[in-house]
Amino acid sequence: MSVAVIVLAACGSDDGGETPPAASDGGTTEPVDISGTTLTISNWDAYMPKSVVKDFEAETGVTVEYAIHTTNEDIMGKLTAANGTGFDLVFVSGPFVQALNGLGYAAEIDQSQIPNITNLDTEATELAYDPGNTHSVPYTWGTTGICYRTDLVPQTPSTWEAFHTPEPDTEGKMTMLGTDRWLLQPALLSLGYSVNTTDPGEIDEAKAWTMEAKENLLAFDDTTFYAKLVSGEASLVQAWDGWCEYGRADEPKIDFVIPDEGSDLWTDTMVVMESSENKAAAYAFIDYILRPEVGKSIVEYTLYKMPNAEVMAAVSPKVIQDFPTLAITPTELFEQEAQTDLGEEGTILWTEAATEIKA
Amino acid sequence: MAVRRSRYLRVHMGFLFLFLYLPIAVLVVLSFNSSGLPTVWEGFSLQWYRELIGDEELLAAIKNSLIVAGFVTAISVVLGTLLALGLQRTVRSRVLDSALFLPAVIPDIVLAIGLLSFFNLLKFTLGLHTIVIAHVVFDMIFVAAIVRTRLGYFDRRIEEAAADLGANPVTTFLLVTLPAILPGVIAGALVAFTLSIDEFVIAFFNSGPTSITFPIKVYSMIRFGVTPVINAVAAIVMVVSLLTILIALRLTRPKGETSASLGVGA
Amino acid sequence: MSTAAAPARRARGRVWGPRVVLLGPGTAWWLVFFLVPVGVLIAYSFFSRGPYGGVIYEPTLKNYVRAFDPLYIGVLWTSVRIATIATATSLLLAYPAALFIARASSRWRVPLLVLVILPFWTSFLIRTYAWMLLLNPAGLINKVLMGIGVIDEPLPLLYNEFAVTLGLVYAYLPLMVLPIYASLERLGPQASEAAADLYATPVQTLRKVTIPLTLPGIVAGCIFVFVPSLGNFIVPDLLGGGQTVMIGNVIQQQFLTARDWPFGAVLAMSVIVLMFLVLAVQAQVLRRTQEVEHGRPA
Repeated sequence: MSVAVIVLAACGSDDGGETPPAASDGGTTEPVDISGTTLTISNWDAYMPKSVVKDFEAETGVTVEYAIHTTNEDIMGKLTAANGTGFDLVFVSGPFVQALNGLGYAAEIDQSQIPNITNLDTEATELAYDPGNTHSVPYTWGTTGICYRTDLVPQTPSTWEAFHTPEPDTEGKMTMLGTDRWLLQPALLSLGYSVNTTDPGEIDEAKAWTMEAKENLLAFDDTTFYAKLVSGEASLVQAWDGWCEYGRADEPKIDFVIPDEGSDLWTDTMVVMESSENKAAAYAFIDYILRPEVGKSIVEYTLYKMPNAEVMAAVSPKVIQDFPTLAITPTELFEQEAQTDLGEEGTILWTEAATEIKA
Repeated sequence: MAVRRSRYLRVHMGFLFLFLYLPIAVLVVLSFNSSGLPTVWEGFSLQWYRELIGDEELLAAIKNSLIVAGFVTAISVVLGTLLALGLQRTVRSRVLDSALFLPAVIPDIVLAIGLLSFFNLLKFTLGLHTIVIAHVVFDMIFVAAIVRTRLGYFDRRIEEAAADLGANPVTTFLLVTLPAILPGVIAGALVAFTLSIDEFVIAFFNSGPTSITFPIKVYSMIRFGVTPVINAVAAIVMVVSLLTILIALRLTRPKGETSASLGVGA
Repeated sequence: MSTAAAPARRARGRVWGPRVVLLGPGTAWWLVFFLVPVGVLIAYSFFSRGPYGGVIYEPTLKNYVRAFDPLYIGVLWTSVRIATIATATSLLLAYPAALFIARASSRWRVPLLVLVILPFWTSFLIRTYAWMLLLNPAGLINKVLMGIGVIDEPLPLLYNEFAVTLGLVYAYLPLMVLPIYASLERLGPQASEAAADLYATPVQTLRKVTIPLTLPGIVAGCIFVFVPSLGNFIVPDLLGGGQTVMIGNVIQQQFLTARDWPFGAVLAMSVIVLMFLVLAVQAQVLRRTQEVEHGRPA
């Protein structure tokens, strides 16, 4: 792993607090460039096994400052207000890569410093929000679908219409996701429109569809919907594939299905900040994540898929058997429509539509 | 000189405590639930307590919150009390009076982002100290507002008497004014502490990468499920605080004095 | 509210020293860490959103125009309505409690206050989760009510405005109790005893003596509950099932989701202006409770 190169006044982190001297033992074959430096990361909490970070620190001598954020919007707000400073490596979802890039905060990835980047599936290099992965590297990906109780819902749901014109036994026992991007998705997909549309007419139609569906819902729920499935409070919910697995872990009679109209392809990515003064360590970290054995531990911990064929092959078959969404192939995922940034007017239209629906 | 204790008030208080503590009871019970989900009970377990003890990050977050809240309370109480006295006694303008209260009524996201931009502009490093600064901004106003409620109809002639007897302003304040407004100061301190310890939005935006407070940690757990470890924290907070109260009550038990003579009213 | 004439001249001379000491630190903090940062942010309301968020410095009033859209007026109105109901309910619950505590023996007062505020030293998020468990159709409250035969069908206590209001009352109750307590405790029993000596019933005493004298505390408490209610996002999201939007939510969405800082600033302004009016009322109330100086109200 020859990350020995170039540039870099590898002189600790930008800012972000005190300068802790790195615990530098280990790192026998590692180039000394980054040893002793600090890498500041922001990620969702519990989205990476702690062992991954610790092992990286031990191997490279880099001290990792691991900050957490709750949502994409939060970290975007923080970065915008701080003018793109404060972090070296940030985990955000696809469309936000475009935003960060547009704002000038995302660094252009020097792929020569990430040898393992060739491990990525081909499909993962052609993602609509960042073709060629010039400013981001995919971390995990997946899709959205219907997560339901097989014992409470007699027929396998096969269409997003399930929310709009429900079967009698699911009426009042369904939830949909509340975040803008996913709130309007079932409508758009059901009506045959793009999940990235910025056409006011289409958005209006989707809004009307969703407002009609709202009558049939128990609630909009982004965070506790799988618990509602487990308890039986809800029998059919719109869910991200990985989250459905958390429900399945507690209640095996839960299953996941991608409706016939198709779904989206979401990706969580790693972005190196332009303001970072320790890009070498950031690249080293990304490279580390892309190793098969590291990826395997991530997949088995988060129950999310990584766009890395070797990783998915390394995952223990028992885990895949228990959590079938892990078996969704890159090809299948790629058939779905990747989410991209909506642009200025699009974002405003969507947010306003979402406000109207929920008001 | 009977202290009126109408039965209605007692019943009402009981009902209020029921309302306040019902969810707490639920939380404490669930802290022993072996299932991670709040919606199903799978059996008795101490695993969450064990997990809590081993969770360094969570413990660090709790410690951070206590440190922040401690400093915030101290600073807010001082600034807020001074403000209350100043506003009540030296400010005649209604506009200025209202303007100074604005930090308490502004949407927290505005304060959060405004301050972060400001800190960034000045190249301030973020850390626990910036959270303290941010929390004091609104907390001192809450303290001021509460202390001011004590200043209405305040009889300043006592202060004047003290001055006539040769006390300087500081002594007058410490020996005359402060004891009189003390319940307000205590109430203000309790509010300031409470508002700081569970505040998420402003803390998140104005914290450094490693200055994670308890609410930040808890809210970030939303994505992957808030486990009963947090319930365990709540249960421990309850137990420790209740014990402290019991001890305090024990220690202040009157020896031979009737409670009536222990100073009712200012 | 007559101002005492003779002492005024003497007072003005010596008021500057105390003024600096008392107001100085707090006002300085306010200027540096509030007025400047927030002022700048509010100034953004006159500019436009950049293509990916952020601000472009082209002056415009379009954000203000947009704020008058029925959608946002509607959200503001709903928020004010719900917050008002929550505040009124909170007042009704808190006042008798504050009375009880203020009349308790002195060694019990602080412990009682702490007992009231203690639940709020645990995370609000998990307490809200607990309410979701309690309020849902299969939850404890419905089970008890059905068990004792009061109702046959479970009541819809969750994912509606009732739940949101209850959640808000629960969220800010101590903020109503404490100021009222502080204001009540000041009074002592003398005033109500005097009233009783004049043959007033307890209720009359309450109405004509106690409540008016504790108006500052009441007003403070109402503001403390009303304002954060407008901005709470957890309660409408979890207890309301995402089906009620408070203006605080919308403002947050504008800043974070739409990354439209200018428009978010405008909406924030609407809340600030509203609150400024409320604060002016509070200031007026406080003006009427002048301190007693030199033998008569100042």
